[in-house]
Amino acid sequence: MTLSAPAPATTDDAAAPWVRMSGIVKRYGDVRALDGFSLDLARGELVALLGPSGCGKTTALRALAGLESVSEGTIIVHDVDVSTVPTNRRDMGMVFQSYSLFPHLTAVENVEFGLQMRKVAASERRRRASLMLALVGLEGREDRYAHQLSGGQQQRVALARALVTEPQVLLLDEPLSALDAKVRVELREQIRRIQTELGITTLFVTHDQEEALAMADRVAVMSEGRVEQIGSPEELYSRPATAFVADFVGLSNRLPGVLANGIVSVLGTALPVTSDAVRDGDVTAYVRPEHVRLLPGGVPATVAGTSFLGSMRRTVVTLEDDAKVTVQHDAADEVTLGARVGIALAGNPVAVEAR
Amino acid sequence: MLGAVFLGLPLVALFHFTIKGGLEGGITFRHWAELLSGEVDAGGPLWDGISSSLVLAAVTVALMLALLLPTMILVRLRLPRWEKALEFVCLLPLTIPAVAMVVGLAPVYSVVARIFGSGSWTLAFAYVILCLPYAYRALQSNLSAIDVPTLSEAARTLGASWPTVLLRVLLPNLRRGVLAASFISVAVVLGEFTVASLLSRTNLQTAIVLVQKQDPYVAYIVVLLSLALALGLLLVIGRVGAATARSNR
Ligand SMILES: Nc1ncnc2c1ncn2[C@@H]1O[C@H](COP(=O)(O)OP(=O)(O)OP(=O)(O)O)[C@@H](O)[C@H]1O
Ligand SMILES: [Mg+2]
Repeated sequence: MTLSAPAPATTDDAAAPWVRMSGIVKRYGDVRALDGFSLDLARGELVALLGPSGCGKTTALRALAGLESVSEGTIIVHDVDVSTVPTNRRDMGMVFQSYSLFPHLTAVENVEFGLQMRKVAASERRRRASLMLALVGLEGREDRYAHQLSGGQQQRVALARALVTEPQVLLLDEPLSALDAKVRVELREQIRRIQTELGITTLFVTHDQEEALAMADRVAVMSEGRVEQIGSPEELYSRPATAFVADFVGLSNRLPGVLANGIVSVLGTALPVTSDAVRDGDVTAYVRPEHVRLLPGGVPATVAGTSFLGSMRRTVVTLEDDAKVTVQHDAADEVTLGARVGIALAGNPVAVEAR
Repeated sequence: MLGAVFLGLPLVALFHFTIKGGLEGGITFRHWAELLSGEVDAGGPLWDGISSSLVLAAVTVALMLALLLPTMILVRLRLPRWEKALEFVCLLPLTIPAVAMVVGLAPVYSVVARIFGSGSWTLAFAYVILCLPYAYRALQSNLSAIDVPTLSEAARTLGASWPTVLLRVLLPNLRRGVLAASFISVAVVLGEFTVASLLSRTNLQTAIVLVQKQDPYVAYIVVLLSLALALGLLLVIGRVGAATARSNR
């Protein structure tokens, strides 16, 4: 590979983040799309920005790219404050959600565009663009126009176009959302592979938690214009900091319980809770489906639905007070619709919230 | 079919008239030859008219594009709420009869003449207004077929300055719209009579009327030629339009 990649992250790089966005506020009239948004990216890592629709993910990305001016806060990239630097001098590579290839240029000319802006000589340009197209698996399609390429291919050209200038940061705004499921999985693996290979610092926006958990070094969960929690996929899943994160990342059952002295009683089982942010009393406990099991003689329930997921089975049961609980269990455990079963807790709630 | 007869019959009659041999009868291209060799048109009112119309067409197109294109792109990118207002303003001239417009334009032109002199090209200001609705439509249909905001933002993140975005990214993709707008404006300008006549200016059509009084043959030949030109332009627009539709599939 002749592409020059930045050196991999070292320990002293971790002290000074490659990108630091702090206290960003962006208002649209009365709406605060970003409300004290802060995020650090270490050099070479891929951070996924995950959150429900309208929480400000796109706005955060666009603020970093300079496509959106911010009312407050600073953006520092590689020790330079770029808050007021216009987009064309921020040196960011961006892939958009909608197809964004220049329709009058061929694939390779699209990729060359950024190099042309940087006054790279024609032969060098062509060489680097072809190399990058090959990297995204589009050898032999250099001379196609956008309308001669499939959606997935267009996004790969867009990726090559964003990467060829070796930008400071790669920004991806739901680049896969317009593609069908199979292409999406293929392409996300390809993006991850190339990103690791080039060691490029990447911010990836998605509202698909599976995508975020599968691709990212760290995931930042956003809610209402700010980052709710940032951590590795495992951390977010097993130790969500807030009820919102517990609810948004992975499936959670919301079950009523009583908290006393760090012990929560849910479905007749008493379990310790690690978080001490919630005061004793009535609480809502967030319990993963894999932490509920079918147990003859447990809390009585009726099977309301079940779905086969390959190695396992997810069954929804209705308790006597009409609450619904999702149970994940072995595919070998046959359940029939309407059957009377018993359930019990088999693991700690991931989060509790005062009720 | 009926339309073709309606349109075609007068033209055929006109053509027949220009090649009729007068008293001696028969068929002759004498009048065509006379015109093309420049024998008639003494004092040259016709060539004056033609040249002034051509200058007018060029100035109108240049002015119209310089005005309309950046405005429409700006509105599309930054002020999408004003799109409806812009459309209204641009289509407004369609609803105003030429006569009413001249009444409004006359005092304006006394000012225009003081600033720009009274060269025949100054009529282009009025013609820009006449062409506005057609040019707007042509550009609008092309503009809405491409994703202007995303293309601009993609180019910006790749390091393009705003002028570069306009010239290297947007304009090449608006080529067909620009061409169609230009052709239709040229056609409108070459066929314009009312405003020029009422403001006592010279252009192709006023010259034709003038010449007709002395030599109807010449006038009709020129009418035929300018009709052919307009028809050619319309065909080109049709081709351009079809090509646009194809490339934006
Ligand atoms: N140009 C705008 N004008 C006014 N409000 C806007 C504008 N852009 C975004 N907003 C508002 O800002 C908030 C955040 O929008 P944003 O597009 O960042 O959300 P998102 O997290 O990307 O959502 P999605 O997952 O649907 O793309 C929303 O409430 C939205 O309505
Ligand atoms: Mg978005």
